[in-house]
Amino acid sequence: MYGLLVLVAIALIFFADWEQIGESFFNVEIMRDMFPEVVTIAARNTIVYTALAFALGMIWALALALMKLSSVRPYRWFAMGYIELFRGLPALITIILVGFGLPLAFGWRIPGGTLGKGAIGLGIVAAAYMAETIRAGIQAVPRGQMEAARSLGMSPGTAMTYIILPQAFRIIIPPLTNELVLLIKDTSLLFVLGSTPQSKELTKFARDVMAAKVNATPLTVVAVMYLIITLPLTYLVRRLERKAEAEKR
Amino acid sequence: MTAPPIEIRDLHKYFGELEVLRGISTTIRHGEVVCLLGPSGSGKSTLLRCVNRLEEPTSGSILIEGEDITSEDADVDGLRTRIGMVFQQFNLFPHLTVLRNLRIAQRKVLRRDTDEATKIAEEMLARVGLSDKIDEHPSRLSGGQQQRVAIARALCMNPDMMLFDEPTSALDPELIGEVLDVMRELAEAGMTMLVVTHEMGFALQVADRVIFMDEGVIVEEGPPREVLRNPQHQRTKKFLRAIEIE
Repeated sequence: MYGLLVLVAIALIFFADWEQIGESFFNVEIMRDMFPEVVTIAARNTIVYTALAFALGMIWALALALMKLSSVRPYRWFAMGYIELFRGLPALITIILVGFGLPLAFGWRIPGGTLGKGAIGLGIVAAAYMAETIRAGIQAVPRGQMEAARSLGMSPGTAMTYIILPQAFRIIIPPLTNELVLLIKDTSLLFVLGSTPQSKELTKFARDVMAAKVNATPLTVVAVMYLIITLPLTYLVRRLERKAEAEKR
Repeated sequence: MTAPPIEIRDLHKYFGELEVLRGISTTIRHGEVVCLLGPSGSGKSTLLRCVNRLEEPTSGSILIEGEDITSEDADVDGLRTRIGMVFQQFNLFPHLTVLRNLRIAQRKVLRRDTDEATKIAEEMLARVGLSDKIDEHPSRLSGGQQQRVAIARALCMNPDMMLFDEPTSALDPELIGEVLDVMRELAEAGMTMLVVTHEMGFALQVADRVIFMDEGVIVEEGPPREVLRNPQHQRTKKFLRAIEIE
């Protein structure tokens, strides 16, 4: 069964040009040149863009989720249209729209440079995905919880804030963390917005070094940087899911 | 003369095409304990849930101490603080400790400060005999204990009346007694109570009046001994026979 696999592996080891691979992807000198900026600027920017986009997206997503569950029809229609639109479009289109489309059309810029435009663009997209997750979480809380809260005299808003949402968020921590991981990777799209040396995130940083050195090693470095950020999160999701599964029993 | 705690006038309720309440009228007097009996689907739970407007009646009115809770401009949230409600499934808030379960509505609705709310919570928890569980989460309690906490939570709002929606139906048989004991003490302390139940013993011993419902109407009502021992209507007799066989 493993015969073919072993054969292919041996063939690769013998025929691959190891020197070329080492020189193109693991050039130690270029690696050394990338530090410390790849951490202090690029990785830092990736994290800052992600955090801000996630925070904006979360607030907006909560509003959308509540609209989608509203008894007021126009709210529901708006939320539904929004979610379908921004889930259906490539994130890149939305980012270009925010970064270039709006300034072209209305002559004003979103403040904060790449950070402002990027966080808003990504936040708009992330909100569409997270809204559906939050809605599902709210609906997963048993109906009796709302009834108990209301029968104690709580207003709908008070009941939602103190009784329903805390339980809903506990349910959706794993899928929300997944969306955070997707968002980290989507910050790589922000290269289209252009950047100053101080505002580069990991992907843009790698591309610029690649162009300057005519070598692919920067890709290896930032790939490792992405994994250092995302792997702990995916590990955390798996643990949370297993824990939730255990609690159900 | 003060208005009665609950006055129900010609209440009708449709679920779609189905008329589940077909003209219910009755008055619950101050301090009275009334048990609602009847086969499942007779509308008794729906009637109870209309009283604090968890269900929206189709027509008719319900006066809570003289105020119509079914009217468009009723202060429903305010009226609900006067009506304690206990559910079949307890519905404690699982993310909060027992103390916080008992405190949250006091804090957010009645605007009591934390010290006062804590004091009242401790008092009510003692009343249901669960002072030692104050820092537990609901999931760590037995069904009977959860239901007693739910009763204490309702009492923390100092309600003028209490509604019980099959409070022992979700409990293991050996846990029913402890909940009924708490309810009996509450009745003896003079609480106005409207109870949907299948516990005939409780109705017989504690209720001042039983109301037998079937197919959305009140078939007969009166003192428990008369209705349960000597039913006048065929449908009541049939229901009581079925319960006894059980």
